[in-house]
Amino acid sequence: MPGAQLWQASPLTYLALILGGVLSIFPIIWSFIIASRDNSAVYEMPPTPGDQLFTNVDRMLANEDAAFLYGLVNSAVVSTVVTISVIFFSSLAGFAFAKLKFRGSNALLLIIILTMMVPTQLGVIPLYLMMVELGWTGTLQAVIVPFLVQGFGVFMMRQYAMSAISDELIEAARLDGCSTWRIYWNVVLPALRPAAAVLGLLTFMQTWNEFLWPFIVLTPDTPTVQYSLKILSSGLYQTDYVALFAGTALATLPLLIVFIIFGRQIIGGIMEGAVKS
Amino acid sequence: MSSTVGAVPPTRAASPPPSAPLHRRRSYRLGRWDLKYSPYLYVTPFFVLFGVFGLFPVLYTVYVSLFDYELLSGTKEYAGLENYRLLMQDAQFWNAAYNTLGIFLLSTVPQLIVALMLANLLNRQMRARTLLRMGVVIPNITSVAAVGIIFALIFADRYGLINWLLGTVGFDPIAWRDNRFASWFAIAFMVDWRWTGYNALIYLGAMQAIPKDLYESASLDGASTWRQFWTITVPLIRPTILFTVIISTIGGFQIFTEPLMYGNGLVRGGVDHQFQTLAMYIYEKTFTGNSEYGYGAAMSWLLFMMIIIFALINFVLVRRSVKGDKK
Repeated sequence: MPGAQLWQASPLTYLALILGGVLSIFPIIWSFIIASRDNSAVYEMPPTPGDQLFTNVDRMLANEDAAFLYGLVNSAVVSTVVTISVIFFSSLAGFAFAKLKFRGSNALLLIIILTMMVPTQLGVIPLYLMMVELGWTGTLQAVIVPFLVQGFGVFMMRQYAMSAISDELIEAARLDGCSTWRIYWNVVLPALRPAAAVLGLLTFMQTWNEFLWPFIVLTPDTPTVQYSLKILSSGLYQTDYVALFAGTALATLPLLIVFIIFGRQIIGGIMEGAVKS
Repeated sequence: MSSTVGAVPPTRAASPPPSAPLHRRRSYRLGRWDLKYSPYLYVTPFFVLFGVFGLFPVLYTVYVSLFDYELLSGTKEYAGLENYRLLMQDAQFWNAAYNTLGIFLLSTVPQLIVALMLANLLNRQMRARTLLRMGVVIPNITSVAAVGIIFALIFADRYGLINWLLGTVGFDPIAWRDNRFASWFAIAFMVDWRWTGYNALIYLGAMQAIPKDLYESASLDGASTWRQFWTITVPLIRPTILFTVIISTIGGFQIFTEPLMYGNGLVRGGVDHQFQTLAMYIYEKTFTGNSEYGYGAAMSWLLFMMIIIFALINFVLVRRSVKGDKK
């Protein structure tokens, strides 16, 4: 990435950054270490790994209250559906705002930017009452439908479409007789792919890690993976710590793999100014 | 419509097939319609879905807050501002507000300052740049629930990692849960751990847009790198700093999962509510026991007000302090 890198990093800079990296990774590694230990050795110091990882994972999976595997599958379904939807609606609206002329587009775009400021969590009680009315409590659509669109996504796609797609390209497609929809589907969407990948990764991670809302609206019969973790940790007094840590390791692993594969893109996406939530 | 389009041979419109004038007229009219109205179709899904599931609930919170819900009879009764009046006298509410503010300050201030320093370090010519950047942002991809569980053990009172470290260097263990300030610190530490690298990357993105020659001329004038950082970098990324401050305020005031998991998944927030936050108290009142929706909604609305007020205060503070730096 070209940019203003002026100073050569000094050894001290490297030291500070490596220290920061170690501090970042350590808790995760440590949780994997505990997940590999025998229950009697949970608190043993210093942190050295044991050989019980698979036994612990087995026992954790056997915990019927937590239904961990089921939670993993549910989380995968929810995150995938939300991600596809956010990419689709964001690119569609982003394209309209960037490349189509229509009355009121500026005002509407401003509204979208303002929606990024509304903390959804504050509407949780009415949202819950709505879900009760709809009979959706305890079902996956309760954790999917409210998150199908995202103001940030629309804004991000608009910004990208402005710079990545030339007006001439769209004009040419029009002269060839393409309808607006055809232009979106055959010209715009392929061109937006890099931005869509970043938005998709960020959305997937965010949805996967969502805690409060599933915790409110779901029941133990349809857990997401975070919900399963909560159930595992509430049984803390019967102290199966190592099984709990096997759970945290397993809940984090899919994201770690995604991160290792797509780390560069994710970092690029954050540096473009992603919104945290 | 697309079938009409498909029938047109892929030649330039400048040489239309003269054999089908009627067909052409119809497609022209459809094209006009398409140009004029289809953009609305493309942006409608966002507004409908956001309106129903985003905006409406937030506004409806005001309405709900004016009612007194009875769980057993399933009725609700108009109560006016009674919920708000009761809240003013609710010691546990003020306790939760105090905790939220304390944890917010302990987490946000160091987080953003360290992130700024970190970004400055990352903004140099170096080896293994991507690897180091990935290193600092790894905490952000973990789930909050998992982080809460892990840090609950790191900051455990009796066998925790930190207390073990303190013991090996000869200090007394710290009561990470019973002591209010210590529990705030531990929770704030989790938040910092998760978000510092992320904010650093946002700053780094902004820093890379600063033109190089500004630094070059400053160097010629003999300004140290430290001085360049404060007089060039920080003022120029001010919009980004403001953005992160506002976002952190919104997120920080709603903190819920970290203290919840830190307290073994209980909403009480410690034996003496010493780390119960507002979001936890709202949850306790609304979704455990008595389902006091009206009371919880009133609290949500007050929390929203606090967020707006603090976001504005922070906005002004940061604006002034960053601007006040002489250029």
